[in-house]
Amino acid sequence: MAADLASVAAKLAAPGKGLLASDESTGTIGKRLEKAGLPNTKDIRRAYRELYYTTPGIGQYISGVIMFKETLYQSTAAGRRFVDVLADEGVMAGIKVDEGLAPLPGGGEGETYTKGLEGLEAACREYVMAGAKFAKWRATLKVTDSLPSDLAVERNAEDLARYAKVCQECGLVPVVEPEILIDGAHSQTRFGVVTERVLGATVAALWRQGVALEGCLLKPQMVIPGAEAEGGKVAAEEVASHTVAALRRVVPPAVPGIMFLSGGQTEEEATINLDAINKEARVVGRCPWALSFSFGRALQASVLKLWSSDQTRVAEAQQLALALAQVNSEAALGQYTAAAGGHPSTLSGDSLRENFRGWSGQAPAGGAVPSPGGSGEEVLMAH
Amino acid sequence: THSVHLYAPILLVHIASRCVISGLSSSDKRHPNRARTVTMQAQMQFQSARTVSCVRATRGRAQPKVLCRAFNSMESPFAEELKKNAAYIAQKGKGILASDESNATTGKRLQSVGVDNTEENRRDWRELLYTAPGLGQYVSGAIMFEETLYQKARDGSQFVDILLAQGIYPGIKVDTGLQVLPGGKGETTTQGLDNLADRCKAYRKQGAKFAKWRAVIKIGEAGCPSTTAILENAHGLARYAQICQENGLVPIVEPEVTLGPGDYSIDETAFWSERVYSHVMRLLNEYGVILEGILLKPNMCLPARGHAPPGLDAPVASPEEVARVTVRTMMRSIPPAVPGIHFLSGGMSEEEATLNLQALNDEAPNAPWALTFSYGRALQATTLKTWAGKESNWAAAQDILVKLAKANSEAAAGKFKGPHPVPGGGRILQALRTGGSGK
Repeated sequence: MAADLASVAAKLAAPGKGLLASDESTGTIGKRLEKAGLPNTKDIRRAYRELYYTTPGIGQYISGVIMFKETLYQSTAAGRRFVDVLADEGVMAGIKVDEGLAPLPGGGEGETYTKGLEGLEAACREYVMAGAKFAKWRATLKVTDSLPSDLAVERNAEDLARYAKVCQECGLVPVVEPEILIDGAHSQTRFGVVTERVLGATVAALWRQGVALEGCLLKPQMVIPGAEAEGGKVAAEEVASHTVAALRRVVPPAVPGIMFLSGGQTEEEATINLDAINKEARVVGRCPWALSFSFGRALQASVLKLWSSDQTRVAEAQQLALALAQVNSEAALGQYTAAAGGHPSTLSGDSLRENFRGWSGQAPAGGAVPSPGGSGEEVLMAH
Repeated sequence: THSVHLYAPILLVHIASRCVISGLSSSDKRHPNRARTVTMQAQMQFQSARTVSCVRATRGRAQPKVLCRAFNSMESPFAEELKKNAAYIAQKGKGILASDESNATTGKRLQSVGVDNTEENRRDWRELLYTAPGLGQYVSGAIMFEETLYQKARDGSQFVDILLAQGIYPGIKVDTGLQVLPGGKGETTTQGLDNLADRCKAYRKQGAKFAKWRAVIKIGEAGCPSTTAILENAHGLARYAQICQENGLVPIVEPEVTLGPGDYSIDETAFWSERVYSHVMRLLNEYGVILEGILLKPNMCLPARGHAPPGLDAPVASPEEVARVTVRTMMRSIPPAVPGIHFLSGGMSEEEATLNLQALNDEAPNAPWALTFSYGRALQATTLKTWAGKESNWAAAQDILVKLAKANSEAAAGKFKGPHPVPGGGRILQALRTGGSGK
């Protein structure tokens, strides 16, 4: 079992390949669809995901796709299961297994833990039968002068490790995602310090729980300044040097791949930063893990914009999806050079940031029980 | 099963020493299930701009601010120098000569070849080692005992200067020996934290560039390693490392996992080694130790079978197996920021020590840390026998030392082809010495 997990993880982290994070919950994807002028129906969601999963050649750049539960069981319009269509391209199916955020008792304002440990084993076994090969669980941490608290760091690290252990026992490679939110006025240096703290605690928890490091992947944030930091954005070289230094201090070589999330960056920034990180890794040397991507918005935003304007332009949308995947694959090899037309993104300059993807703790106007989904602005029943 | 309990004591001790528990605030009355809030007071010795002291929660609505301890934030004025020195010692193809035996241990060695344990003889023996022509091509650091750090050669030149002239950095053993822990299992802790800062300053002034502290964690016997032993030894190592870096010495962190009596496989050794190393690495981070400025001195993973003294009848694992398991253990526990892993030679013959080191480099030619040596007995045993205290054997003894150093240097670069200068050879073992140095 351990050998299988290691081989799946190695394939997911293969050189020049990364993950497409298309596991937005119904609520979150609904917001994006509605913002693009589309209704949030099951079929629209299905058709939207089909766009990516049937893009010819996507398997050259994408090793795995993270799905939401609904999507794992969906099929193309012609009736082929998504899982099978992807497998034909050599792309593995992954599944988001957490059940969203909840306020952390005793924590600071806005701090959360992630729900989903109860019933996780049974769920994992079902997902394996449905064809999933890996899983993902997202914890979030908030940065201020005094946060994240020790409680939040340790609790989330422990829960991530327990989730990872259960996954491995069921035969799924766990993607371990301790997302440190971009929201805030903190500096890049502060963010680097917090990154080391959080990732160090996460790795220590994985050790304690006996998780096989060769059979899991890490999904952290790149080390960037806060969204409201003074001085705004920094050069890609700065992102690279801070990120590589932090990772080298806390991630053991046995972890085969570090698959960065793109939260809050534009499509172009995410590619350029990933490329700089890989270039820096080659200069510094001694970076034994793959440094790749697990991008959601940075692989999808332009595509959604195009497709939502006219759903018949499927081929064009797929070409754009492929182009976005390709440049990030190049970046994962440290070989990105903007082609003649520049980065394929059609949204340059627009931040893909959505306000606070953590838990805002607000009850909705109707007085229903608040349930945090992936987005903090509105509170919808998560799944 | 050990690990489940392992961290509870750390958190408890941590919280107990830094915490004030506030009473239930009036807001808690509305939420009786809310946990009592805990505030933490900053008592960090190094006031980093990034650590923030908390505000004690007032009775009422104010939410307590909680502390995020900074990581790797120790602001040692020596940070850049430490990184540079550690990188120098860990350079590819070089290793460390461990010649820091205490006076008592040195005495036993000298006596085994018929030499009396006098200061003069101890000085002669070390002079033989440090003036060996060409040693500096293969050795980047030499660990000394305190007496030796201040000694001079016959011509009056300081040992530290002789070494530096060869490009060998002087190091100093700073622990003051093992002490038995309660529990009756023969587990130990290592002493030496008292006055360590002052001692480091003095050693640095004398010319030392790095330090070494040996912790011993015993495995194999029922109940070993206990939580106490792991926590205590990891704490000692991390605190020692912190103090060294504060005072400009690169700390060699040596968590030696030794095998108690009994049979166990190489995988069992690996299992416990992983537990111990990961705990040590965790504490080094917690204590803000700059990982780019330390070196690690672990044991290779070996199987064992036998009775006291441990290991003599042990089955020999092939170098390939030792390498595979040892590399796997290191990959799982040691982040790439550590520049060098310098294995100790305990439990191996001189030839095994070289062959295993070569196999390690075959197994992981692109390892993120240097895989090299910090050998005592594997460089000295035959050297000592060759000298046997006789002036007429001086050159021959130096010759064999340099040949051994060369073989291990080649192995550390993955280029050793043989034959070994001292083939065959028995396992070099000694029973665990406890008690302070100088006894």
